[in-house]
Amino acid sequence: MDNNKLKSTALGGIAHNPTFVLVLGMCPTIAMSTSLMSSLGMGLATTAVLILTNTLISLCRKLISDKVRIPCYILIIATMVTIVDMAINRFLPDLYQVLGLFIPLIVVNCIIFARAESFASSNKVGYAALDGLSMGLGFTLSLSILGLIRELLSYGNVAFTFGATERVREILPVFQKPVGGFIMLAVLMAAFNAIYKAVKRTAIDRQNELMQTATNARPENANKGVGA
Amino acid sequence: MAIIAIIVAAVLSNNVVFSQTLGICPYMGVSKKTNTAVGMGIAVIFVMAITSLLTYALYAWVLVPLGIEFLKTIVFIFVIAAFVQLVEMSLKKFLPTLYNALGIYLPLITTNCCVLGIAIVNVTSADIHNIFEAFINGAFIGVGFLLALVLMSGVRERIVKNDVPAPFKGFPIALLSAGIIAMAFLAFSGIAF
Repeated sequence: MDNNKLKSTALGGIAHNPTFVLVLGMCPTIAMSTSLMSSLGMGLATTAVLILTNTLISLCRKLISDKVRIPCYILIIATMVTIVDMAINRFLPDLYQVLGLFIPLIVVNCIIFARAESFASSNKVGYAALDGLSMGLGFTLSLSILGLIRELLSYGNVAFTFGATERVREILPVFQKPVGGFIMLAVLMAAFNAIYKAVKRTAIDRQNELMQTATNARPENANKGVGA
Repeated sequence: MAIIAIIVAAVLSNNVVFSQTLGICPYMGVSKKTNTAVGMGIAVIFVMAITSLLTYALYAWVLVPLGIEFLKTIVFIFVIAAFVQLVEMSLKKFLPTLYNALGIYLPLITTNCCVLGIAIVNVTSADIHNIFEAFINGAFIGVGFLLALVLMSGVRERIVKNDVPAPFKGFPIALLSAGIIAMAFLAFSGIAF
């Protein structure tokens, strides 16, 4: 396996984060990030579906002709979501109660289809599965950050169970409502943009500095140095 | 009375975007201009009303008698995708003017999670008892979506003329305004019949 490609695929979940960079899958992000545990549950369910669909679509990529690919992808995705739905219902009934409608709705989560269309349909099985894992974990990470902040703001503590918990005190219960989700996501996205821009700027500055010293040291190679 | 309760809940107190948080992607995507928002909203009303009828009928009269309710996600998404495709083709053939106005929004509706979401809610919720109520619920959830889109597009048309802090440009400021509209819609949550 090509080392560079392996690395960029594995880091795809951060560099192309589904929530902050690609801005996909907003509905489960806002609806299910009310607490840390529900965010984790939603994120991991999506990760499981992503790995399964990416693997299967990559395996079938030579069998599916281009004209009928969209119905085929929908069939594969809907089947995998049904399987995950049944598994959660059987093994984690508490989580099933919390996520409810949003498990079948993974079918129409844009992340799944976007990865199928743009990655799994043109890459080998190993890369496709890794991409599913990486994207899923990136989604879980951003969802969990949002969930943790919203839970802390509304209750002041974190509950580590999937089931319903008795909350003694409420600080800002509005953050349990979709309102809080919209506002918190906007603030986090702005923070991500600001950090991303700052990191990018320092990287460019450092590169310029390096180039400057290189050209100063060897003026005759200045043009070559810039090209490299 | 039950019908009025369903209508008020669907449009205001249980608004699909602000209270159920479904269909956020198309809501953010097509709310930049008021005329595109209206076009998308009307297309959604039409598709949701008809797919609510179709999916409820299929569930009650085919899936339940055969005992295969667990297949509902797969069946519903296919019904929605096929119906949207059919509407697109027939509009192109028979009503080209309407197709030019709404055509580009139709493919987007297949992946609009409020269509599939409401189809599933219709068959699982305790408030929906028959196919007529499912039809009304689907149509008026669509009206609620249109209302949300038009409100948001009005706000966004003004935002672009203002000086927004750099990190908030684009999506964050739109989400923030959606949050404030959602806060206003919280006031409707007290309405109950």
